[in-house]
Amino acid sequence: MSDVKKFMFVNRKAPHGTIYALESLEVVLITAAFDQDVSLAFVDDGVFQLKKGQQTKGIETKNFSTTYRALEGYDIEKLYVEKESMEARGLTEDDLLVDVTVLSSKEMGALMDEQDVVLSF
Amino acid sequence: MLHIINKSPLSNSSFNDCLRVMDKGEILLIEDAVIAATKGCALEAKTREALGRFKIHVLMPDLEARGMADRVIDGVSTVDYGGFVDLVAANKNCQSWL
Amino acid sequence: MKFGILVNEGPYQHEASDSAYLFCKAAIAKGHTVGRVFFYHDGVNNSTKFTEPPQDDRHIVNRWSKLAEDHGVDLVVCVAAAMRRGIKDDNLAQGFRISGLGQLVEAGIQSDRLVVFGD
Repeated sequence: MSDVKKFMFVNRKAPHGTIYALESLEVVLITAAFDQDVSLAFVDDGVFQLKKGQQTKGIETKNFSTTYRALEGYDIEKLYVEKESMEARGLTEDDLLVDVTVLSSKEMGALMDEQDVVLSF
Repeated sequence: MLHIINKSPLSNSSFNDCLRVMDKGEILLIEDAVIAATKGCALEAKTREALGRFKIHVLMPDLEARGMADRVIDGVSTVDYGGFVDLVAANKNCQSWL
Repeated sequence: MKFGILVNEGPYQHEASDSAYLFCKAAIAKGHTVGRVFFYHDGVNNSTKFTEPPQDDRHIVNRWSKLAEDHGVDLVVCVAAAMRRGIKDDNLAQGFRISGLGQLVEAGIQSDRLVVFGD
């Protein structure tokens, strides 16, 4: 199909402090229905979106982190985490609630360069 | 790729993050990010160094609004909104580092 | 060239809506087309007709409405984000319409470039 574009969602903000992560995820789910080439990048504080063990009961907000686990069911399987961002936050792959591909900064940059549409929120 | 940055580099990491992740390309500084294009800013050396890898542009109306138009770092080009449009059109893709 | 625009922030609080508008105006002046502006997150607040800034200030909402009227720009407000924030058809300014997130994806597919303005 010639009209398939490469869409990348760049997540650079932590969840819960602002609504960006949650509403970004809502766009990702809709994009899945359009048969595009979808990637998700988690950079900087965005890696916190994938942290295991989020408990939001105490702040009375929706714990949407479980939705990342459901992405596979929507055929969204390209999840990339920047290694430097993860390490700078004291996290390892074991702390993340889904399988991701860990990339170096430069690999992440090269992947961004290839995209047609980069959505950031 | 055109990288659009809109935050002051002194209070937000997006300018630094862009420089860390990307190897090359073009950067356009708009809104509060215009400070990164000015002489005397604590980030001046970083911006000058980045000029080796990136073409850096700054949005003049945002610089003027902040009274900083008279101190643009040599090598940084100034554009108006029409120039902003040209940069988006000339690059294959663009990313806003929000 | 055909541009799509995403606005993630509301009017006045942040410069994003101003930057997006001035970008659109410049693009149109250069002979480009702005097919759609999609308002998401607090950006949906750009669409309320009850907006009344002081007289010496720019009217951000009316400015968008006029752009739609003069140049056929499709101003789409995300339904889910709008409902969260109390924006409904009843308080929508002229030229805006409420629709789904699919309209944003479609703008990404159909535009030559999608430019994002936010915080």
